[in-house]
Amino acid sequence: MTATTTRVSTTPLAARRPFWESPLGQTVRELARNRAAMIGLGILVFWILVALTVSFIVPFDPLKTDVGNRLSPPSASHWFGTDDLGRDVFKRVLFGSRYSIPAGFLTVLAALMIGSVVGAVAGYLGGWIDNLLMRIADMVLAFPSIVLAMAIAAALGPGLKNALIAIVVVLWPEYARLMRGQVLAVKAHEYVTAAEALGMGRIRLLVRHILPNTQAPIVVKATLDVGAAIVLTAGLSFIGLGAVPPDPEWGAMIREGQRRFSQWWMATFPGLAIFSVVMALNFLGDGLRDALDPRRRGRWA
Amino acid sequence: MLLRFVVKRILLSIPLLIGITLITFIVSHLVPADPLTAVLPERAWNNPETVQMYRERWGLDRPLHEQYLIYLRNLLRGDLGESYTTRRPVGTDLRLFFPATIELATAAMLYAVIVGMALGVVSAVWNNRLADHLARLIALIGVSLPVFWLGLLALQVFYAKLGLLSGPGRIDTRLVAPPTRTGFYTIDSLLAGQFDVFLNTLYHLILPGIVLGSYAMGIIARMTRSSLLEVLSLDYIRTARAKGLAEQRVVLGHALRNALIPTVTVVGLTFGSLLAGAVLTETIFSWPGIGRYAVDAATKLDLPAILGVTLLIAVVYVIVNLITDILYGILDPRIRVG
Repeated sequence: MTATTTRVSTTPLAARRPFWESPLGQTVRELARNRAAMIGLGILVFWILVALTVSFIVPFDPLKTDVGNRLSPPSASHWFGTDDLGRDVFKRVLFGSRYSIPAGFLTVLAALMIGSVVGAVAGYLGGWIDNLLMRIADMVLAFPSIVLAMAIAAALGPGLKNALIAIVVVLWPEYARLMRGQVLAVKAHEYVTAAEALGMGRIRLLVRHILPNTQAPIVVKATLDVGAAIVLTAGLSFIGLGAVPPDPEWGAMIREGQRRFSQWWMATFPGLAIFSVVMALNFLGDGLRDALDPRRRGRWA
Repeated sequence: MLLRFVVKRILLSIPLLIGITLITFIVSHLVPADPLTAVLPERAWNNPETVQMYRERWGLDRPLHEQYLIYLRNLLRGDLGESYTTRRPVGTDLRLFFPATIELATAAMLYAVIVGMALGVVSAVWNNRLADHLARLIALIGVSLPVFWLGLLALQVFYAKLGLLSGPGRIDTRLVAPPTRTGFYTIDSLLAGQFDVFLNTLYHLILPGIVLGSYAMGIIARMTRSSLLEVLSLDYIRTARAKGLAEQRVVLGHALRNALIPTVTVVGLTFGSLLAGAVLTETIFSWPGIGRYAVDAATKLDLPAILGVTLLIAVVYVIVNLITDILYGILDPRIRVG
């Protein structure tokens, strides 16, 4: 979304039009009409607010144990029950958003930046640089993401930071491919040839004219990928390669819950939290795809 | 023509296979300490001769590019190093555990294809009506559920609470595994004539199969829907309808066949992702496949074992993609030209 905003500000013609008629305005209008996307946005905003404010609102240390109160099922005083050390699962789930939400957004942002630079350079320069960069991307893409992420995280050693590095490594190539394809498509347009003929520098041309026109599919992919990255982070923590106890990361909590099989609440609620965020992002991503696709526009109208 | 296409595709996947080994080689060198610490069991460190032997075997005293060539040579001999969890060669372990994974992934694939395609067809035929909305919601839920959590939940509900379906493992603990011939319990039990074991194996495949297949089911449903919708809007379908053909025959006879072509690609691609998903699913169901092997190895930072699984899954992934590509070329002659 922020990316699309820059398009409006860098194109003087679009900026002079009323907002609702600008490309961004049309997309927003289309998106606002999509009920599923709005529900998704609502859930996502809720979780982001929780992640930002929970440590100010809830006077609670997520690591504080209360052994006298261990493994009690959900009740009025402990909505989601307590775990094997008597910690309140509801509060731990709320605090868990401070791990999973930033993890999802940061890894995708990093992958997007690395991938975009690589893809743009490859697509714009072409030749052997293009060949080399894209073959590297192909190699990484030859692995299913969780498998390669697991190997990298294991080699770097357990810990949330290493898990996030591993996730960035497996996510960037698709952005590189996408960006390269977009740059190639845009490069063929006449206005690029015109700008080149007018003596515009290559980098300036890339940044000012090519990049702003490549964003729609990338925004959609990034939205869907935040959900994928959250699941990957949780998955790595689940197998013991991500966040380590006693951190209340959702995947790590499910891992603890798996060991306490009959205390179903320990794993169920953190999993529900992951599911709600990922579902929300999928709703939003699908809505964005429809809203950004001019062919699908007006199908609802 | 077709043969040339097939040969070309096979040749194209060779550099990719080499690339895969390059990546696993690099990952094995990511370990911050001496790479030998990751390869050697702790006990071996007390014996300088053993350490020296390993250094030479992996060429760790040579420059990096030579080390890579030695790594490749070892791989081609089937030498993947030794797991220090099981203290066996990784290659032996993989042979032992892989059939269980393939069996599970096949069950998951069957579920994903049957349910996914059915949902996709329902969705497209009743486009934008209640059935479509429901089918799309189910598909989206399938795509959004973390597989390891779904597995835990399914065990808690269907096994522990309701007692409807089987618990963990490939067969009930009261039964003895069929004599190993292929490693697939379904086939081995039939070969041994043990029908009760066969039925029990199938029974045990249901729950983990559905759990593992749920993501692929969602993807296949979404793909079938969009590709069937695309085909249904084409001219030849309008012609078929104009000629007064029954709607059922238009959809099933004329449209679905062409709509299935892109779906085949997705089915191929998801098989690879099922193998990857097995990594997380098998742990939940105590399923003795390469996934659980990898996770056990991960908790002990047993890098040779993890890299063995990584390499195996990536190679299978490439081969499945290759087969999918070739199948696609056979189904749609237009692809072959490109």
